[in-house]
Amino acid sequence: MNLTEFLHMGGYAFYVWTSYGIALLILLANVVLPLRQRRKLLTDIARTARRARRET
Amino acid sequence: MFNNFFHKLASPKYFYRIAGAWIPWLAATCLLLFLAGLYYGLVVAPPDYQQGESYRIMFVHVPAAWMSMFIYMVMAVTGGIGLVWRMKLAEVIAISSAPIGASFTFLALVTGSFWGRPMWGTWWVWDARLTSELILLFLYLGVIALHGAIEDRRNAARAVAILALVGVINIPIIHYSVEWWNTLHQGPTVTKFDKPSIHISMLIPLLLMALAFKLYYAFVVLMRARCEVLERERSTGWVRELAEAK
Repeated sequence: MNLTEFLHMGGYAFYVWTSYGIALLILLANVVLPLRQRRKLLTDIARTARRARRET
Repeated sequence: MFNNFFHKLASPKYFYRIAGAWIPWLAATCLLLFLAGLYYGLVVAPPDYQQGESYRIMFVHVPAAWMSMFIYMVMAVTGGIGLVWRMKLAEVIAISSAPIGASFTFLALVTGSFWGRPMWGTWWVWDARLTSELILLFLYLGVIALHGAIEDRRNAARAVAILALVGVINIPIIHYSVEWWNTLHQGPTVTKFDKPSIHISMLIPLLLMALAFKLYYAFVVLMRARCEVLERERSTGWVRELAEAK
């Protein structure tokens, strides 16, 4: 089997690769979003803690 | 010793640390399984005698659909545990599962559409299997919206658990829909009490992908649970120290 034939998926390329593409996007998003959320939370918590210390 | 482990695991600080240690290992194993599953599913497995190459959508569609139901059950059971025993960690797992479950449900529906279009000649039909899976998506979205609408996180967890438990009725309906009603959707070929009627060359990649999706859920739910723990414990000393150390 050569690469063109593989990518062609017997004429179903659009359906097969769109499905796998959407799957990849969803799987990546579920990893990236909590990573970003954690970073944001930690910065936010650190800022609040510093402010609280300054006020006391 | 086992009892002690669970006792410690229930403490948010300990959970945060342990989950952080597990995540990279789970993620690495998951990645290997995905690569193996993709290789066997896209390269090794032969084309289907009726559906040609289009059936390869199955290797993402079926695991996603299985996970959409599995995660719902995890959400309902942990929600129930949180409701009855007031265990914080169970509440955290329940609410952290909702967005992941929703995304898998969405994935199952969309890949189903992209499989249905060439095979059935339609993107969508309002039959029992498709409609009950769509209701599952709305249940997940309901859970997320309800959680977002209630300020106090512990009250929100209780409300969410009740909604999740009521929605459990939809799970057997999804599973048996292809047997109870006439539908375009094919019947089960793996999850039945007989020998699976799927060929071994297609069953292996399917099981590899299913396992990869399971592990994926495991590490992603831990990632979200850690965020939820930080949010809930943000005024405690250990979280402040952790945040300032970064």
